[in-house]
Amino acid sequence: MHFAFTDEQTLIHDAAREFCAEHGAPARLRAAIDSPQGYDEATWRAIGEEMGWCGIALAAEFGGSGLGAVELAILCEQVGRVLLPSPFFATVALAAPAIALAGTAAQREALLPGIAAGRTRATLAITSSDGAPGLEGIGPRLARSKRGWRLDGEAGFVIHADAADLLVVAARAPRSRSIDGVSLAVVDPHDPRVSIERLTMLDQTRPMSRVRFDSVALGACSLLGEAGEAGPALVATLSRAQAALAAEQLGGAEAALEIATEHAKARIQFDRPIGSFQAVKHRLADMMVATEAARSAAYYAACAVDELPEEFEEAASMAAAWCSETFTDCTAGMIQLLGGVGFTWEHAAHLYFKRARAASTLLGAPAWHRERIAARLLPAASGKPA
Amino acid sequence: MKLGFTPDEERFRSEAATWLTEALAGPFAALRGVTGLTARPEERRAWEQALGRARWSVPGWPREYGGRAATLAEQVIFAEECARAGAPARLGHLGVELIGPTILAFGTEAQKARFLPPIAAGEEYWCQGYSEPNAGSDLSNVRTRAHLERGDSGDAWIIDGQKTWTSLAQFADWAFVLCRTTEGSRGRDGLSFLLVPVRQPGVSIRPIRQMTGDTEFNELFFDGARSASDCVLGAPGDGWTVAMALLNFERGVSTLAQQMAFRGELDRLCALAVKNGRARDPLIRQRLAEAHIGLRIMRMSALRMLTDAGTGRLGRAGYTYKIFWATWHRALGELAMDIQGPAGEVAPTAEYRFGEMTNLYLYTRADTIYGGTNQIQRNLIAERALGLPKEPRGR
Repeated sequence: MHFAFTDEQTLIHDAAREFCAEHGAPARLRAAIDSPQGYDEATWRAIGEEMGWCGIALAAEFGGSGLGAVELAILCEQVGRVLLPSPFFATVALAAPAIALAGTAAQREALLPGIAAGRTRATLAITSSDGAPGLEGIGPRLARSKRGWRLDGEAGFVIHADAADLLVVAARAPRSRSIDGVSLAVVDPHDPRVSIERLTMLDQTRPMSRVRFDSVALGACSLLGEAGEAGPALVATLSRAQAALAAEQLGGAEAALEIATEHAKARIQFDRPIGSFQAVKHRLADMMVATEAARSAAYYAACAVDELPEEFEEAASMAAAWCSETFTDCTAGMIQLLGGVGFTWEHAAHLYFKRARAASTLLGAPAWHRERIAARLLPAASGKPA
Repeated sequence: MKLGFTPDEERFRSEAATWLTEALAGPFAALRGVTGLTARPEERRAWEQALGRARWSVPGWPREYGGRAATLAEQVIFAEECARAGAPARLGHLGVELIGPTILAFGTEAQKARFLPPIAAGEEYWCQGYSEPNAGSDLSNVRTRAHLERGDSGDAWIIDGQKTWTSLAQFADWAFVLCRTTEGSRGRDGLSFLLVPVRQPGVSIRPIRQMTGDTEFNELFFDGARSASDCVLGAPGDGWTVAMALLNFERGVSTLAQQMAFRGELDRLCALAVKNGRARDPLIRQRLAEAHIGLRIMRMSALRMLTDAGTGRLGRAGYTYKIFWATWHRALGELAMDIQGPAGEVAPTAEYRFGEMTNLYLYTRADTIYGGTNQIQRNLIAERALGLPKEPRGR
């Protein structure tokens, strides 16, 4: 038991912090957001080629570093601090575990080395355009065709779909429910029967698209593993992604707390720094209490992915619920404490505030995750309200 | 970063589990699951003594004082196994968790040899003399005073004043008392940390009845009370430093034992909600899940804090720990009333005494007050951890 970074993890942390400080500097962030693809291509290349981040949690046989979810969380926390936009999260936290968990050995060998090397930008399409979470929310439909399989329907909220080289698409068999009948398909985003519509999103730092599938023909080798059997792998993928997202949220909450704290030290009103007033001090203290709890929750979830297979789905839901609300609360607190300047387009506060909102619904809202926990906690009591 | 334990540590776990399970199945079966501070005091003394004989009372202490020099991970394991076996709350808590570690850190060799073995053996019990009627959040305002009196049979401290909110004084043999030993001094200067026998004519104890109807707290009056001149921990005048160091030990491994008690409360509350049907109410379900999340986070924060303590520094988890658990526990008390419904407002008998769940509602009002109120905690976090300007002092 050692619930703190090892020396090696501290090195990864320090290097990631330095990288993000440079690539996530305010002017570069604004330029990336305003660019057509929504991220800085040079940053993405540096992530893959110089830093080797894309293979961090992939096995050495695929060209990865063979590290784990804790190391991935360390990177995500730093990315979250500066809101660094790039296809990193979609590729490494969503698509890669889907391939690793659902794919056959041949599929893993074919697809993962490109991801590990930072050559492949991949993403995961799951939910329909109403954004319902989990397996019930899967939008696309997969049916048998004469020569194989046919993919129809649409997926909303697909991160960086417009930049992707590879789509992993969750799809349901007709009339299937819950964990049954779920397939994961590898789809070429340039297939003429795939249309990708980039959306203007509340969160300017994480570009998303709506993806339509119009009778896309797929061979059996395009399905990861067996048709209709990918439900458990998708659930595990989403929990892993949630652990990574929670670390990002932690980083964002931390940054909001720091920005607000620095302002409270520097801003003079009534001849005193406003941070000397308890009304301000106590709000910041509450933000720190929540943020430190978020750190415990996020790294617990990451450790659970690596060490505690029987706990990690619950740990991920815990981290999702807590870190989502903490990130939202800290960004709201930051805007309040900044005063008028926090409401401007020029200050970064709104980018954090919007990112917090979007992150809190990306993989299921806090109340959804809490109900998931309640269902385990209160097994005998499902059903209608008393 | 690692949550699991090594094979050696797992062997330690099975040794601890075996001893605890056997002891709590046999001679101490009546103590299984006993939580409050004051129930069954005689049997609990015997339990403390049994722990001491088997070197389980203070596993982390050096062997010469009754411990087994257990590592941090082993202490964590022992706390977990105590909970799993349903071990009762420790009557010796103040000695074992607070003054003992402080004596280990600040005591002379003679003080260690005199005071530590009886704590480990469950033979001497301690209480805490910090707060006074005019020294609560502003603890450095203590007025209880002591001076050295020369005598033929040796010098002695003579103590006069009043302490309050003193838990478990009715069972205590000794009190550790923060006193003003420099006449005319103010604030943190001129204070000393004295060790004072409780059972003497100069000390009187008056119980304080609290809102639950129980009397766990006391007022402690010193009227010419005496203690030997060598019963000062740290140098005379260094009392503030010692007193604050002691508070840091509240963040030790014992915090895991407290969490295990919380886990028991939450489990029983979930069972009650399932039984009375309120577990089907979506809002109650959300709040129970929230409580479950908070408690798991508390455990992870404690493991972080303990890992940090191994490096000798108070990390960010340490600053935020007290307000987090206190606020969590208070909310659990509120949830307990909402799950009981109006039935929770009816006492089981004619006496003004309530069951566990209603007591939880009442008792947890104290959690956000004692040991540093939530407001003081926020000041500490803001000033020490975030570096905000200090609160101006009045005169």
